[in-house]
Amino acid sequence: MTKTTRDTSNTSFQLKGGLFTLTVIYLFNPELTVLGEQLAKLVKQTPKFFQNMPVVIDLHKLQPPSATLDFTSLIQCLREHGLIPIGVRSGNALQHEAAASIGLAIMPNTKTEATAEPATIKPTVATDAAPAAPAVVLTKIITQPIRSGQQIYARNSDLVVLGPVSPGAELIADGNIHIYGALRGRALAGVSGNQSARIFCQTLEAELVSIAGHYWISEDLHNSAMKENVHIYLEKERLHVSTY
Amino acid sequence: MAKIIVITSGKGGVGKTTTSAAIAAGLAKRGFKTAVVDFDIGLRNLDLIMGCERRVVYDFINVIRGEANLKQALIKDKRIDNLFILPASQTRDKDALTKEGVDQVLQELQTEFDYIICDSPAGIERGAHLAMYFADVAIVVTNPEVSSVRDSDRMLGLLASKSRRAEQGLEPIKEHLLLTRYSLTRVQKGEMLGVDDILEILAIPLLGVIPESQAVLRASNAGVPITLLDELTDAGQAYLDSVARLLGEDIPHRFVKPEKKGFLSRLFKSREETIA
Ligand SMILES: Nc1ncnc2c1ncn2[C@@H]1O[C@H](COP(=O)(O)OP(=O)(O)OP(=O)(O)O)[C@@H](O)[C@H]1O
Ligand SMILES: [Mg+2]
Repeated sequence: MTKTTRDTSNTSFQLKGGLFTLTVIYLFNPELTVLGEQLAKLVKQTPKFFQNMPVVIDLHKLQPPSATLDFTSLIQCLREHGLIPIGVRSGNALQHEAAASIGLAIMPNTKTEATAEPATIKPTVATDAAPAAPAVVLTKIITQPIRSGQQIYARNSDLVVLGPVSPGAELIADGNIHIYGALRGRALAGVSGNQSARIFCQTLEAELVSIAGHYWISEDLHNSAMKENVHIYLEKERLHVSTY
Repeated sequence: MAKIIVITSGKGGVGKTTTSAAIAAGLAKRGFKTAVVDFDIGLRNLDLIMGCERRVVYDFINVIRGEANLKQALIKDKRIDNLFILPASQTRDKDALTKEGVDQVLQELQTEFDYIICDSPAGIERGAHLAMYFADVAIVVTNPEVSSVRDSDRMLGLLASKSRRAEQGLEPIKEHLLLTRYSLTRVQKGEMLGVDDILEILAIPLLGVIPESQAVLRASNAGVPITLLDELTDAGQAYLDSVARLLGEDIPHRFVKPEKKGFLSRLFKSREETIA
């Protein structure tokens, strides 16, 4: 009789839901040489950030919208620059068929995406995370420091952290993120598309901040003189940092 | 019932085993019956640092497997009463370390001892996880460099979420920071992180600052825990101070960046020069 600690059952896998924040690349133009050149320039600026970064190709800003895309070359082009294309969003049936035929996933269209085009966001009003949800979703409150390697997700709500957020830690919220301490890791607010989400922190030394998919990495943040008591918000599709 | 103290770090080679030996011997010196357990299966070296490598007959894994009992495996220190070593196995596979087995051995030790010191292996895998899983107190050993601080931070996250106390919703593990291999001259030159910077990131209480010291190497080559060395060394003194703080005594920190210039900084400087 031997004791075993592994809870091995006779199934060889388990399926579980996982939540990921993915970078979306909006394709404006079916012309791939231009894309290649511009990607090369971007990757050169922040090489580490793009290394093996999974991306979703979004087609809803493509001109002309029903342009025939050479997905094989497109994928090759993205891969050459360190990106890992995993799927396609928006686009028409033909485009989907072409994408699927070479193994790309067709990603569901999230509602908030397409409508947010015009810059009619009121920057001074911080609205709630889930405007459509009738029930009150309570803010998620964490009273401990968030350490490297930890990830906290506040689904459909704001996230409040009473303590520092370490480098290598990640905060994700569908609503706003409030940190009563130093932000040294990553903070992604409004991840399901809420463009009015904001990030508040007492000290800003973040590795990355993102609102509704618009992100800055620490290099961009270094240019900001504001480090103490700041909030970060999105206005005209651009991130802004100001003090509070 | 014994208190279980894990000496952990995440990062390798920062001084966990040196610290385990020094703190265990320091507690024994204070009259507490202390066992120090090597969790570094396959890479044991606590027995070398403790100078008992030639007396190893049975080890931790033998006890877990029921091939020997604890009394047979525990090695009594020859220099000081109250100090015992449970060596790791050098030959066995790491998988031989099981949660049930570790639990059983620690429970048995707890009835006999005042303190159990668990010397964790590096990393965050099985051995490191089991070394900290049953702990009441954690001493997080950190060197004044960015990668070590990052790994300690990671380990603190695991202590707060993956330990028995966390899983059972008990009072959390008491965390202490021990800065080792601290060189004041290098901190002042900006080559290493200072105490304040590290405390700001890790945000846990400081147990002690152990200076970078030749004496540590001398002690480990001689197989003597630095706190049992006849000569009083800077590192030995810093470890003894840390033991006192662990026991609740309020002792000012030495070898730390001087806040005010003047007499103190001159004193610190001359100390540093004697070390270098
Ligand atoms: N305060 C100190 N001054 C100088 N050298 C030191 C000091 N503390 C530890 N060392 C040296 O650092 C090396 C690593 O120490 P030690 O074996 O205690 O680390 P460890 O964290 O247990 O390593 P591992 O992760 O491999 O188990 C040894 O050579 C030791 O002599
Ligand atoms: Mg060791």
